[in-house]
Amino acid sequence: MKYLDEYRDPQGARRLLQQIRRTATQRWILMEVCGGQTHSLLRHGIEEALEGCIELVHGPGCPVCVTPTETIDLAQALSKRDDVMLTSFGDMLRVPGSEQSLLDVRAGGGRVRAVYSPLDAVELARRNPEKEVVFLAVGFETTAPATALAVQRAAHDGIGNFSLLVAHVRVQPAMEALVQSSDCRVQAFLAAGHVCAVMGYASYEAFARQFGLPVVVAGFEPLDLLAGILACVRQLEAGEARVENEYSRGVQREGNPVAQAIVREVYEICDRPWRGFGTIRQGGLRLRKAWREFDAEARFSCTDSLPVIEASQCLSGEILSGRIKPPACPAFGNACTPDRPLGAPMVSSEGACAAFYLYRRNG
Amino acid sequence: MCLGIPGKIVRWVHRDGTLAAAEVEFDGVRRVCHMACVPEAKEGDYVIVHAGIAISRVDPVEARRIFEQLEALGDDDGWRDD
Amino acid sequence: MAEEHTPNGYNARCPIPVSGSSDRITLAHGEGGKLMRQLIADRIVPALTGAELLRHMDDAARLPDIGGRPAVSTDSFVVSPLFFPGGDIGSLAVHGTVNDLAVSGARPMYLTLSLILEEGLHLSVLDAVLHSVADASAEAQVQVVAGDTKVVPRGAADGLFINTTGVGRWIEPVPRGPTTLVPGDVVIVSGPIGRHGIAVLCAREELDLHPPPISDCAPLHAPAAALVERLGGRLRCMRDATRGGVAAVLHEWAQACGGRITIEESLVPISPPVRGACELLGLDPLHVANEGTMVIAVAPQAVEEALETLQSFAQTAEAARIGEVQPNGLAPVTIRRLLGGERPLDEPLGAALPRIC
Repeated sequence: MKYLDEYRDPQGARRLLQQIRRTATQRWILMEVCGGQTHSLLRHGIEEALEGCIELVHGPGCPVCVTPTETIDLAQALSKRDDVMLTSFGDMLRVPGSEQSLLDVRAGGGRVRAVYSPLDAVELARRNPEKEVVFLAVGFETTAPATALAVQRAAHDGIGNFSLLVAHVRVQPAMEALVQSSDCRVQAFLAAGHVCAVMGYASYEAFARQFGLPVVVAGFEPLDLLAGILACVRQLEAGEARVENEYSRGVQREGNPVAQAIVREVYEICDRPWRGFGTIRQGGLRLRKAWREFDAEARFSCTDSLPVIEASQCLSGEILSGRIKPPACPAFGNACTPDRPLGAPMVSSEGACAAFYLYRRNG
Repeated sequence: MCLGIPGKIVRWVHRDGTLAAAEVEFDGVRRVCHMACVPEAKEGDYVIVHAGIAISRVDPVEARRIFEQLEALGDDDGWRDD
Repeated sequence: MAEEHTPNGYNARCPIPVSGSSDRITLAHGEGGKLMRQLIADRIVPALTGAELLRHMDDAARLPDIGGRPAVSTDSFVVSPLFFPGGDIGSLAVHGTVNDLAVSGARPMYLTLSLILEEGLHLSVLDAVLHSVADASAEAQVQVVAGDTKVVPRGAADGLFINTTGVGRWIEPVPRGPTTLVPGDVVIVSGPIGRHGIAVLCAREELDLHPPPISDCAPLHAPAAALVERLGGRLRCMRDATRGGVAAVLHEWAQACGGRITIEESLVPISPPVRGACELLGLDPLHVANEGTMVIAVAPQAVEEALETLQSFAQTAEAARIGEVQPNGLAPVTIRRLLGGERPLDEPLGAALPRIC
């Protein structure tokens, strides 16, 4: 496929790898923020090829993983109502809440359906007027335009039986929280390419200056990631801390202003709990008052939440914040595997634990 | 993250506002994608599609940059000594 | 009749319900009375053209001497939706059992057909499925020789379930199976992978991909028999890569032989629509089901002959070598990585669902 295959060229990848090895005079610690990047680094053997030269710390960038347990529990409670059809992305349906996943609830008779796009959920609402279609809206800034457009479409077409259970999260506040924690070892960031496609990277300029850390916007294919790592290493070696864009085919400094305007019209910034992290200030998005009629929490007045149960052996918080690597968790690969996950990073296909389990089990 | 796949705009279906949509091709299949975020994109352009919505236009000039950078690294096959 | 199950079809029939209405399956069709006899004698048997032995309607079919050792295989079929691009539950039920016999090294000859019908099923749907069973049987050169029909109350089945049992004759020498795989043996796939699973997923989840991806649902009896006949003992094993896709077959084989199987991702044939759909939905084509594509293991010196044999049949014209059996190592099944080394290829986890991450 054009714009994918050519960025997987092994010859070019080896050349960049060699250049990184030549440039680095010490073992720099880089964090790739996005789980999709973690996945690609492990899948293609980049992390291993850089061993001893660069340490890659895996960031919190998996929206499915950080969706709070209470939100999943709430979605499950809704899906058990006779009048509700609960929809979300397929990977979200596998994530365990306090007791079970949405797929388990479906097996028990709950109405749960995977969709490719939030707009498909609006179509389901149109075709099933007797049902309340709720879309569990997870995702970073990349996904927020899609869910915002879905409520706009529902409003435009007068589809009253559609609503969102919003669990959107914002990347930059999480990066700030990580950097400000006392034990943060990260020396440079690879910023998430598709988040930046929407949000741009101007806001990282102050971040890079304030914390003295290079930030390089990177894509998801091997050449994109290696070019991003090389740019980080060059800055670190030169003692610089700037923002660079190594995903310029899809990302501009100002991002996508049209998408940002759509998101701003529908959502406002709020504090939000992240699974494994606790509440992150300004770490999420919620529907604005004007769109409250599309807010599932308001529509179904779900106030009395059940107590949240987290698996005690699971160290997902440590993993999501980059303090430890997945194999360092005592449950990894034993009590916790993709078929019987204890924590979200083992469930989501892009969670760091699942990526390690899939690609480096014995590594 | 966010699974974002580049696809080629084959045909605009709706031009305006909330309904903006175009047929986008991904290798052998096409799907109607929401285009409100990339109103300036033209037929033949590539867009990055996430969850059914085009979030960004692929810049064909910038897309070549990495290969120019590789060229500049020279024909050095020094990687073989790894 | 046909228009009634099309969602927007105009239905100009009398609105007064008539008991014993003739266009749907009712519980009475399963009660053993006149309705049931009519259903079988007037509808099912005549639809199965070519099923000569079925016309006697005895409790048991009297098969002639099959001229060799018999092989038997059985499978049940449930699929939603019942009709998908490239096939339907009828063709699937024939090809599925035919292929199980064929990849074991037997020549499929006879089939039984058990239908479990949900009350309320349109007779037009049943007719279409039976028509498809007849066509698929003719294509695979098998005869339906016995059958059964049951009706279950509405909600107890998803329209229609089918069980088929197949009888065939072993072709000598019978492939010795995956336990005999040894390092150096070569793994081949018979065609582009993942077509059935993607076709059904797109149809079921209404993903609106165009053109709709088409299932590979087809019989493999001819290429499979040709491989057994031409390669003899150099053919180790064959397996149709149904649920769990190619990855599941490789795992089974690695476990059976106690070795390791390594494949080269770039050698695996994938059609553009499957590639596009898999990228878009975030699925691994190696995990996606096939219904007319098999995995084959041969001795290293038989690779060219195996590929040549496969390429002479339309259904397996795009056969390709994808990997080989190795001595024990990192994981049972591995994929060579872009930057050298290998990564484990896992068995698929449950149903394929579109994802964002």
